[in-house]
Amino acid sequence: MIPAPFDHVRPDSLGAAVAALAADEDAKALAGGQSLVPLLRFRLAAPSTVVDLSGVDGLRGVADDGDALRIGALTTHHEVARDPLVAEHCALLAMAARTVADPAVRHRGTLGGSLAHADPAADLPAAALALGAEMEVEGPDGARTVPAPEFFADYLTTALEPGEVLAAVRVPKLTGWGFHYEKFTRTAQAWAVVGVAAAVRREDGAVAEARVGLANMAPVPVRAGEAERACGGAAGAEDLRAAGALAQGAGSPPSDLNGGADYRRHLAGVLAGRALARAAGMEAVQA
Amino acid sequence: MPDIRVTVDGVRYDDQVEARRLLVHHLRRLGKVGTPVGCDTSNCGACTVLMDGVSVKSCTVLAVQADGSRISTVEGMAADGAWHPLQTAFHRRHALQCGYCTPGMLMAASDLLQDNPDPTEAEVREGLEGNLCRCTGYANIVAAVLDAAAEMRADGPAAAQAPAGRTPVGGGAA
Repeated sequence: MIPAPFDHVRPDSLGAAVAALAADEDAKALAGGQSLVPLLRFRLAAPSTVVDLSGVDGLRGVADDGDALRIGALTTHHEVARDPLVAEHCALLAMAARTVADPAVRHRGTLGGSLAHADPAADLPAAALALGAEMEVEGPDGARTVPAPEFFADYLTTALEPGEVLAAVRVPKLTGWGFHYEKFTRTAQAWAVVGVAAAVRREDGAVAEARVGLANMAPVPVRAGEAERACGGAAGAEDLRAAGALAQGAGSPPSDLNGGADYRRHLAGVLAGRALARAAGMEAVQA
Repeated sequence: MPDIRVTVDGVRYDDQVEARRLLVHHLRRLGKVGTPVGCDTSNCGACTVLMDGVSVKSCTVLAVQADGSRISTVEGMAADGAWHPLQTAFHRRHALQCGYCTPGMLMAASDLLQDNPDPTEAEVREGLEGNLCRCTGYANIVAAVLDAAAEMRADGPAAAQAPAGRTPVGGGAA
């Protein structure tokens, strides 16, 4: 379908973008457009103004910022997937980015766009949550930083207020940790029925600390706290599969055409165990 | 209405477009009807083109987002009347049935091969995961892409760069 008419503006600074968004309560920010353009085309979204962020300098790229990486909101999935700093310090984000849709979508889709769209089945919000990411938000009242658990407020809803723009994502360095993203889909390029983002820190051959972020197990990405706590001291894949099984209890999974809530709980338990064992290097990853 | 300037298969086009116009519709209005509208849901990949050298689904890009960019469509694949190795391989391997997905398959495959000139079968399937063939003729498509990859490697890096790296041709305003 052809989208409903809208005005298109392409500001050349973050300040001008914020002003344009604040000036029209029905305005929408456009990053890569891989979520927004389909919504426009289905007329599920009909903003009066589309504020195209592509003209704003400094919103793209990965920078070393001490104990964290600062990733510009307009950095594409393709770029995140191949970035050497991301690979060194928070490879989980790259692993999740590589599973998003298909190559053409990954060329255009952006990290910031995916997080701000906040689809519960999206891969990057779960990874960002597990990594302890913080969102750098720019708005009419200045800049503020929002931690991931507060950023994802509800189904397709974030803590972004009218006029605010997600400018960058700060991802703490988890150098030396092991990571794995496990995604269950019905078909190639489909959304996750359930996705599991796992991060594991090992000490002396055993797991010292673990984090598990779940996609599509609630209206927002959630951590599987019980499973995380049960990982401490795990020395083998069997221990981690048992710990991961506790992810069944996390969240409040939806029932839809792709699976019922019970099925999703079962999947979360199995996939979390697998993701943890693979993140810890205790189970081989299939090619 | 916004003014946009897009170079398509080496020819520059300056136009005024409605902000809501999709790139695929813009291309077709320019007469570049080799790029079809497929599913119109961002799923099927029939409308895949290269934008500044990388694959995009042209139904999922606004024409205004393509302002200033260089687009390569299936119509620019053959150079000086000679088919691209991918086109030859698709013909030889009978990699199309109804043909509707073929322009997108060719463009997605050319993106894949410029990135990875020596893919495994699994990598070809993964590289084409965003392109659907409703005739389900995937086996021959994958075989054709592997054939073309081998041929392009044998012909050297110049062939592997086409079409994205080819010098623009055509008589548009410079």
